[in-house]
Amino acid sequence: MASKMKSTLLTMSLTLLLITGIASALLAYVYTLTKDPITQAENQKKEQALSLVLPKFDNSPLEDTVKIASGVDTLICYIGKNNNEIVGIAVESFTDEGFSGRFSVMVGFLPDGTIYNTMILEHKETPGLGDKMENEKSMSISGSDTTWWSKQFIGKKPEFNTSESDGKKYAEPINIKVSKDGGEIDAITAATISSRAYCNAVNRACATYFKIGELKGKSGGKAHYVLILFLALGLFIFIFKKLNK
Amino acid sequence: MSKLKILSKGFIKENPVFVMLLGMCPALGTTTSAENGIGMGLATLFVLVMSNIVVSLVKNFIPDKVRIPSYIVIIATFVTIVDLVLHAYVPDLYKALGLFIPLIVVNCVVLGRAEAFASKNNVLDSAIDGLGMGIGFTFALTLLGAVREIIGSGRVFGVNLHLYQSDGMLVFILAPGAFIALGFIIAIVNKLSKKPAQ
Amino acid sequence: MTYILIIIGAIFVNNIVLSKFLGICPFLGVSKKISTAVGMTGAVTFVMTIATIVTWLLQKYVLLKFDIEYLQTITFILVIAALVQMVEIVLKKVSPPLYQALGIFLPLITTNCAVLGVAILAATSKDFGLMESTVFAIANAIGFGLALIIFSGIREQLEFSDVPEYMKGAPLALIVAGILALAFMGFAALA
Repeated sequence: MASKMKSTLLTMSLTLLLITGIASALLAYVYTLTKDPITQAENQKKEQALSLVLPKFDNSPLEDTVKIASGVDTLICYIGKNNNEIVGIAVESFTDEGFSGRFSVMVGFLPDGTIYNTMILEHKETPGLGDKMENEKSMSISGSDTTWWSKQFIGKKPEFNTSESDGKKYAEPINIKVSKDGGEIDAITAATISSRAYCNAVNRACATYFKIGELKGKSGGKAHYVLILFLALGLFIFIFKKLNK
Repeated sequence: MSKLKILSKGFIKENPVFVMLLGMCPALGTTTSAENGIGMGLATLFVLVMSNIVVSLVKNFIPDKVRIPSYIVIIATFVTIVDLVLHAYVPDLYKALGLFIPLIVVNCVVLGRAEAFASKNNVLDSAIDGLGMGIGFTFALTLLGAVREIIGSGRVFGVNLHLYQSDGMLVFILAPGAFIALGFIIAIVNKLSKKPAQ
Repeated sequence: MTYILIIIGAIFVNNIVLSKFLGICPFLGVSKKISTAVGMTGAVTFVMTIATIVTWLLQKYVLLKFDIEYLQTITFILVIAALVQMVEIVLKKVSPPLYQALGIFLPLITTNCAVLGVAILAATSKDFGLMESTVFAIANAIGFGLALIIFSGIREQLEFSDVPEYMKGAPLALIVAGILALAFMGFAALA
């Protein structure tokens, strides 16, 4: 066995320099090798979510996005198209009101504003309780279909109480809340905080989707119909009164 | 010491978790399921074997006084490789283990083996020692994960054992259950080996 | 307000030892007497705070700037190891009594995963600035100290209890830690 290197300032600094040099070179090499697979792996979850929360599409929504400001944050909206026609829009939403940490949900909307489906992207909720809302996981747990949580959102049309103060518009959700708070969603037993958080994230997505609607003037079109309906109703009442006289 | 003895000692007699009480943080933190336990165990095994090999190879070129920092750099390099590879190819496991992957670098088992064994023995013996300790560590984590998963949710490796009508004793998947389950496992190991605790 | 949330969250709700499982080795190792537990807490608070500040600055102005985040683990652990050495040298020169009190705990801290863990958590958090990170580090150190001191108080009493031979030492300590963790889960509603 060769004798050990002596500890002088020169040998010590040389060794450390050499070792860290080789280490960083090796890591740089591994990093370039794994860079693409990592971005692919990151996108995979999103692609999976998009194919669940949007109707069949033939474009790549990951590259067809719109950024919409919601409060201090910006949400990314993925547009799903089939034959160049918009079939749905998915909003990547989040909430900080979860049990522990940020909690992000992908929410898909049909063009008429109803929710097509929802899926959790990332959460740090308690295993066994809060994570029951992860649809793919709850399916595998007992073999029986326990995806009832996310199914509650399918086909829901978000309703909002809109109010205006200080020149800003506020949208207060009405129906997408847990039943304890007066909404239409049944909370998961023993996981009310997580259930509330999920609703909160979905509502954020809804409010954002609402903004896209405003940008397109779609909701304006609807208000138009409502106006005509009211006018027709007034006219009808007017005629009715005249006839009764 | 025969090769077989080096390999097998980490499994039971000197099991890093149950007997030597090293590497408790990942043992408690990542064993919410048996699968996560295996994942963490294998990641640590890779780092253990590779760092033992490299430390044993370069032991004569490293001045004594900068021994520990050099070992730390070597270990950190392999930890980062594991981190990148898991992130790229096993993203679900990567998310489940989270912070505990970079923390392999401060796992006392790894630095302990580098210092106590690899810096004094030849390459082959060091590799076998790393392998044995790694297997022992993986075994401990898998056992703890399986116990917690079975008691906590009535399932193991995705198979439902139908122990409970609805939810299991969830507390075993949560933090307190980790401490309690490990405490009882170590007590059983003590009882079986009839070795009085220190 | 955010600072209060960070402090309560780090000390009670997500206690670093009892809920995040960081720093278990010193938690089990130096908790037989209250006095050593206090000394260890002091040393950890010191190193954790300085380490988090230094690594946060490194992350922001070096690693992210040059796009070499993959060197995070290796940089952070080297910084912590060097820092522990420096703290040891400085303390020895400047305050011999403090060095007497903390000295024996300092070498143990390099491999205390709580220090590296908190540094990584603070540096990778999206919404932590330097101030938030510092508060986060101090709060976590307090959380560590709280768990350690309560635990050592219980263990001092345990010395006198008559338990089966195979439960003595680590097994009983772990089970007590589990019950303590159960108590801390009650704080979850605070968040």
